[in-house]
Amino acid sequence: MTREPRDTARPPSELELGRRAFRRRQTARSVAIAVVSTIAFAVVAWFTILSTPGWERVQESFFSIDAAVKAWPRVIDGLWLNIRVLFFAVIGVAIVSLLLATVRTLRGPVFFPLRALAAGYTDLFRGMPLIIVLYLVGFGIPGLRLEGLGRMPAEFWGTIALILTYSAYVSEVLRAGIESVHPSQRLAARSLGLGYAKTLRLVVLPQAARKVTPALMNDFVAMQKDVGLISVLGAVDAVRAAQIETAAAFNFTPYVLAGLLFVLLALPMIRLTDWYTARMRVREQMGSIV
Amino acid sequence: MSARETVLQLRDIHKSFGDTPVLRGIDLTVTSHQVVALIGASGSGKSTLLRTINLLEPIDDGQILLRGEDISDPRVKADAVRARIGVVFQAFNLFPHLTVLDNVTLASRHVFRRARAEAEARGMELLEQIGLADKATEYPDRLSGGQQQRTAIARALATDPELLLLDEVTSALDPELVGEVLDAVRQLGESGTTIVMATHEMAFARDVADHVVFLDRGVIEEEGPPAKLFWTPSSPRTREFLARFLA
Repeated sequence: MTREPRDTARPPSELELGRRAFRRRQTARSVAIAVVSTIAFAVVAWFTILSTPGWERVQESFFSIDAAVKAWPRVIDGLWLNIRVLFFAVIGVAIVSLLLATVRTLRGPVFFPLRALAAGYTDLFRGMPLIIVLYLVGFGIPGLRLEGLGRMPAEFWGTIALILTYSAYVSEVLRAGIESVHPSQRLAARSLGLGYAKTLRLVVLPQAARKVTPALMNDFVAMQKDVGLISVLGAVDAVRAAQIETAAAFNFTPYVLAGLLFVLLALPMIRLTDWYTARMRVREQMGSIV
Repeated sequence: MSARETVLQLRDIHKSFGDTPVLRGIDLTVTSHQVVALIGASGSGKSTLLRTINLLEPIDDGQILLRGEDISDPRVKADAVRARIGVVFQAFNLFPHLTVLDNVTLASRHVFRRARAEAEARGMELLEQIGLADKATEYPDRLSGGQQQRTAIARALATDPELLLLDEVTSALDPELVGEVLDAVRQLGESGTTIVMATHEMAFARDVADHVVFLDRGVIEEEGPPAKLFWTPSSPRTREFLARFLA
């Protein structure tokens, strides 16, 4: 990527014009090579797959347009449930993980029990497979027959299980971010008279969040997919809907459909964060990044 | 000139890092509108002394009085004390995620709870004074070192502190930028701000300070008006130190 200089008052020298022409030729050549190699690769891949002996049967049972159209209403309904669960799970994870990360960075012997508790929590829930947490929460807690909670639907318990597990991961990412902010920043904030909490909120966390945005995004996308696991509790989400359709039609296309929908769900968020981090970098830093 | 009152009084300050004594009994009095320069070799305790005054470093023994109030008492709220003292660091320590103006107004808005408009009006006034009004919406990393340090000075002044501490504010700058920061400090001194500064700029200390303190290995070896200390130092150690610097 080259940016033309903004200074238009002075015409560029012959030398600079030559360099720009060279860069344009280079760019054009790179694009041409990329296009040709992509087409070549696609053609080879296409013919390789098409020439396999089982292709016709695979196409029929995994990529059937008819089956996809038939499964669409149910799968999209299921996906809507996934989105709702994801929405609440993200809020829950944001709150719980922030609390955990803050507690783990507290200093002083007074907070030892809290720190130890938070450390134990992250150890436990990072180690435990999500599917086991889902079973324990989804079937175990309703078994306690708590007043008012007994009749909560499966997706409610699924959301709780997701929050429990992902908070453990995300809190570690946030903690790494908090500890990566240079101590001189805290020093400067404290010297202005800001207290511990305000220093954390106004100075440390905004910088920490920025440093760990890619890692947070990674966890977000992972959670977006794992939302599909609530189907093991009996919630009819996109995965379970696809399973039902597959069983009814003896055709695996609904799974492919659900899978593609999850990918589409993830894309906007990934692009959004890429755009956001790039904007921050341009706004707050000078010069190019080599 | 108004009657001078005591702003800061240090009584027999001691401080060690592990087994290494850094401050070994410092006594110092700073009166209002006074500019005090701390000079001395690296490791003589200048920065540590400044940090103890702002309670960023707890002292091992002695007393620190700010306008007569013992701020070394553990019952005193450290945040409230720090809000009354401005600090400018050697490495600027600006907040990279905030604009220049937000850096300057952070303390007024969040410590003194002033309205945004009021804080920003004062912030712009300070930036104007220091020649950075056109950079108000820029982010610190896009400024030159001298501009960053001047922003840090404006930030320290935004809450009208009773005392300003400057910790080698020009050490991280190249000679050309040193001038613009020193001019800003000179202006402050002339406008009556009470300043304690650690510095390696002997010529500057001589021109701007009312009182110069030579620290050597954790004790005040000699202190006095700049003319006296720089031209007719009485201690041989002071002479030795100055000879190396002014040569």
